[in-house]
Amino acid sequence: MAFIVVFGPLLAAIIAGLFHKQIGTRASQLITTGATIAAALASAWLFVDVAILGNARTYELAQWMAVGNFDISWDIRLDSLSAVMLVVVTSVSALVHVYSWGYMADDPHRSRFFAYLSLFTFAMLSLVTADNFLQMFFGWEGVGLASYLLIGFWYKKKSANDAAIKAFVTNRVGDFGLALGVMAVFAVFGTLDFDTVFGQVDDGTVQTLTLFGLEFMALELIAFLLFIGAMGKSAQFFLHVWLPDAMEGPTPVSALIHAATMVTAGVFLVCRCYPIYELAPNTSAIITFIGATTALFAATVGLAQNDIKRVIAYSTCSQLGYMFFAAGLGLYSAAMFHLFTHAFFKALLFLGAGSVIHGLHHEQDMRNMGGIYKLLPVTWLMMIIGTLALTGVGIPLLNLGFAGFFSKDMIIEEAFMAGADGVTFGYFAFVVAIIAAGLTSFYSWRLIFMTFHGKFRGDKHTLDHAHESPWVMIVPLLLLAIGAIFAGGLFRSDFVARGALEFWGGSLPPGPYAEGNYGEGAHGHHPPTWVLFSPIAVTVLGFVLAYWFYVVKEGLPAKIAARGGPLHSFLANKWYFDEIYDFIFVRGARGLGDLFWKVGDRRIIDGFGPDGVAGTVMQAGRRIVRLQSGYLYHYAFVMLIGVLGLAVWLVARAGGQ
Amino acid sequence: MTGPALLADLSLIIPELILAVGAMGLLLAGVFIKGEETAARLVSLAAMALLILAAGVAVFLAPQGGGTAFFGAFVLDSFSLYAKAVVYLAAAIALVLAGHYLRTERLARFEFPVLILLATLGMSVMVSAGDLIALYLGLELQSLALYILAAFNRDSLRASEAGLKYFVLGALSSGLLLYGASLVYGFAGSTEFGAIALAAENPSVGLVFGLVFVVSGLAFKISAAPFHMWTPDVYEGAPTPVAAFFATAPKLAAMVLLIRVLMEPFGAMADQWQQITIILAILSMGIGALGALLQTNIKRLMAYSSIGNMGYALVGLSAASEAAVWAVLLYMTLYVIGVAGAFGVILSMRRAEGMVERIEDLAGLSKSRPGLALAFTGLLLSIGGMPFLVGFFGKLFVFYAAVQAGLVWLAVIGGLFSAISIAYYLMILKRVWFDEPTGGEFINPPASVAIITRVTGIATVGLLLLVPFMLTRVIEAGSAIGG
Repeated sequence: MAFIVVFGPLLAAIIAGLFHKQIGTRASQLITTGATIAAALASAWLFVDVAILGNARTYELAQWMAVGNFDISWDIRLDSLSAVMLVVVTSVSALVHVYSWGYMADDPHRSRFFAYLSLFTFAMLSLVTADNFLQMFFGWEGVGLASYLLIGFWYKKKSANDAAIKAFVTNRVGDFGLALGVMAVFAVFGTLDFDTVFGQVDDGTVQTLTLFGLEFMALELIAFLLFIGAMGKSAQFFLHVWLPDAMEGPTPVSALIHAATMVTAGVFLVCRCYPIYELAPNTSAIITFIGATTALFAATVGLAQNDIKRVIAYSTCSQLGYMFFAAGLGLYSAAMFHLFTHAFFKALLFLGAGSVIHGLHHEQDMRNMGGIYKLLPVTWLMMIIGTLALTGVGIPLLNLGFAGFFSKDMIIEEAFMAGADGVTFGYFAFVVAIIAAGLTSFYSWRLIFMTFHGKFRGDKHTLDHAHESPWVMIVPLLLLAIGAIFAGGLFRSDFVARGALEFWGGSLPPGPYAEGNYGEGAHGHHPPTWVLFSPIAVTVLGFVLAYWFYVVKEGLPAKIAARGGPLHSFLANKWYFDEIYDFIFVRGARGLGDLFWKVGDRRIIDGFGPDGVAGTVMQAGRRIVRLQSGYLYHYAFVMLIGVLGLAVWLVARAGGQ
Repeated sequence: MTGPALLADLSLIIPELILAVGAMGLLLAGVFIKGEETAARLVSLAAMALLILAAGVAVFLAPQGGGTAFFGAFVLDSFSLYAKAVVYLAAAIALVLAGHYLRTERLARFEFPVLILLATLGMSVMVSAGDLIALYLGLELQSLALYILAAFNRDSLRASEAGLKYFVLGALSSGLLLYGASLVYGFAGSTEFGAIALAAENPSVGLVFGLVFVVSGLAFKISAAPFHMWTPDVYEGAPTPVAAFFATAPKLAAMVLLIRVLMEPFGAMADQWQQITIILAILSMGIGALGALLQTNIKRLMAYSSIGNMGYALVGLSAASEAAVWAVLLYMTLYVIGVAGAFGVILSMRRAEGMVERIEDLAGLSKSRPGLALAFTGLLLSIGGMPFLVGFFGKLFVFYAAVQAGLVWLAVIGGLFSAISIAYYLMILKRVWFDEPTGGEFINPPASVAIITRVTGIATVGLLLLVPFMLTRVIEAGSAIGG
């Protein structure tokens, strides 16, 4: 089973990628889609077997390398944590494969696209099933590559290429940190094997490592370096800049890679390494702070974006922030729970947005949309469900609500309790999470209202040809919608409550506030009731405001935007991150490069080096050739001068001595 | 001279006797054979046979331990035997290269191989010279034959001009040499090398002057700068096989003679002549490297290439050590092989309308004649000393000798000029491999030339295996000198 899951997509990717000319586009699509669907079914079976029935196990496939005591193998590690990731990755991937049949129907290079998708799936699966840091790093780099290829899939579009390079370069920064972290792990523990490292993790609290001339506690440093890797991949504050631009890729890619799976790899990494983070309180505090900041920052930027995909991208960024601060506060199971539910409703939102874009002939600007809910009724309904799930609509105390309600509110509540328990940044995270929840509600409903309601603002031609998407695109939406509605309620107990201890089976702590922690039948701590109700309250507030601005007073926000107040420009320009980075890094590097190139290389090295020397040599050659006049007496003269010169030289030297 | 003593002397000069008597005989025979071309062909074949015979005698039948003849005027040692063998074979190769060319250019006359034989005889005497008289005798015998060969195509204005220039300048250099010899005789009291060596231990100014003039005269023969001026004009003007001959055997013979003169009679004056050879080396390397860059005629380019290569050999000689002797011998041997092959390629540059000699005529050779292009590439890069072709080891050891003698700076200068000189070899190869063909294709070269280019081309790589063997040979040969 595990082999089908991991290697099916790889095989499909190889066949479709290398032999699509022989087997044709349709066969490539069939093979890749079939392989991922099979992987999804097998994953579901594994999920039941491993997570529900508790049969965790590890397959050792082959030795990768053995140098001294550096012994690395290829493994498939199956425990509850990886089983959850398997389900998320393969099911979303399978649905995205199906969806792409419709979305990419007109693209002549579909087989390449499907091969990349399957390649990505394989890389992600080898990441989550890794049993050591190096294989995880392999998968980590693999998904980075696939992400690069898919963002730049339409490589003739300059913006897509730029975005792909931006994503790759930004991720390099993070990956560099991750690589250093992995090396530090080996330096401290002498192995990269997860179980061995986690087994002797206490050693790391005693040892110290020196970096940049400063001495750090080994475990804190390892934790921090690994987190830098996670920041890059999961688009956290400072390294988030690539994610919105990555929306240049085809929308199914955004749904699969930049919402549901790859960007959650960072969260997975932190959860997988929770024994390290448990003992690294300072780094955990940093994670909490960065995560909370990201949640708020991305939510504010989401308010002012007009590109439908960018809004959702910032929303993703913001939700990843939730997951991170949860992990930073030690709420690993809650982080994973949110990761799990988020995958469904965020993929749903992206694919829904893709459906809108498809229906409106690749129009992505919400200012050119409006009032199309009658034309795309199913899409509209699905987007509503996605939004309800994202904003976490539900009724506290009754445990009735959409998926996001359970996972997000769980994070918010537990953050409050962590704050009450004195965990660093606990209250900060709680407050930020509440504010961000309100903002989330506002921008999500703004998206719905601007896209589907009011009057159509685009050109008439587009409207005339607007159409609902074909069934291959609708069916994945319906399936994801089921997940978005029920995934939270169904799995709450297993992930974060009564069944958590048994469910995670040691791969994750059930969480400090999980009911299962306190024995059968006992109830854990409960936050005050106002805490339970505050998220839904700000959510409703956000909805009302959005309704007021974008439905009742339709056109008012556009005027505000046109007036261009400083706050609006600040948000619309994404806190000027791109400009600042451009100024410091891009232009700095450019300037440095220009200096080295124009002055250093062209003027100094080339000038005195190749060009200068070549010029001088040719000049000398010209003179020598001119000496060769062809006149006999010139030649004889040169000979006599030569004899004379030699004689004088010798005599002068002899006389001098 | 008594009979047995004369016989003993004659037994040492069997190769020379073969060449001398053979040349006379062939001269007579040529007159009686009917048909000019037939005569030329037969005489040429016979001359080749004589050269190979002489080489065989020199290699296999030489008396053990060598000896001297004619009161020390003639020295037979491992050094001169090695040089003779190479010179004879190089002359034979020149004859092979020449045959077809002379026939198609209507130059086939039986005097040509006879002149080659006589020139070779002169070289043979040169490398065995044991006093100044024998030295001059050999040199003049060689030169006179070469003057005629240079102007062999007497109906061509250029060839006549080249021959005349070579003759006048050669006469000048002979004059310099003779003047130097007379000075040496005057101040040393003898023409014999052994006696001069004694006088050189306490050199007078007159002897230094004599040295300068003698070396200048010999430098003309190896076309070391600033006595090189004749070389480009003569190479370009003379018939191509003659240029091929000029570039190989006489260069080696003159270099060997120079080594012997400097190491034996003037061995004690190494401090003085080192300065001369260093100056000559630097000038030659510089002019060879820089002058060739702008050439458009492949034969002129080869002339500059040979000037430069003599410079590298002089770098090795400047070390004035035993290593210097064998390193230069090895270098010259590899150089002769490379140049013989390169001229083979030049002789293959024939289109339907006639010979071409411009470098741009080589454009696209890799497409029309890949085998030839490959051989040319190996040959040029080997001459240039590109690792890891066999020519690299030649250069390596001359620089090694210089470094060993403390002349690191000279080796560095040599390396720099060597790098520059690679540029013009690469310019040719760029034409060969990357340019589109212009003009018609070359017609098939005769089998004789094709074999020479292929064998030498393969040798640039294949000889790598034989480098240890060659080293033992040249070290053995060199041990006779400089001790």
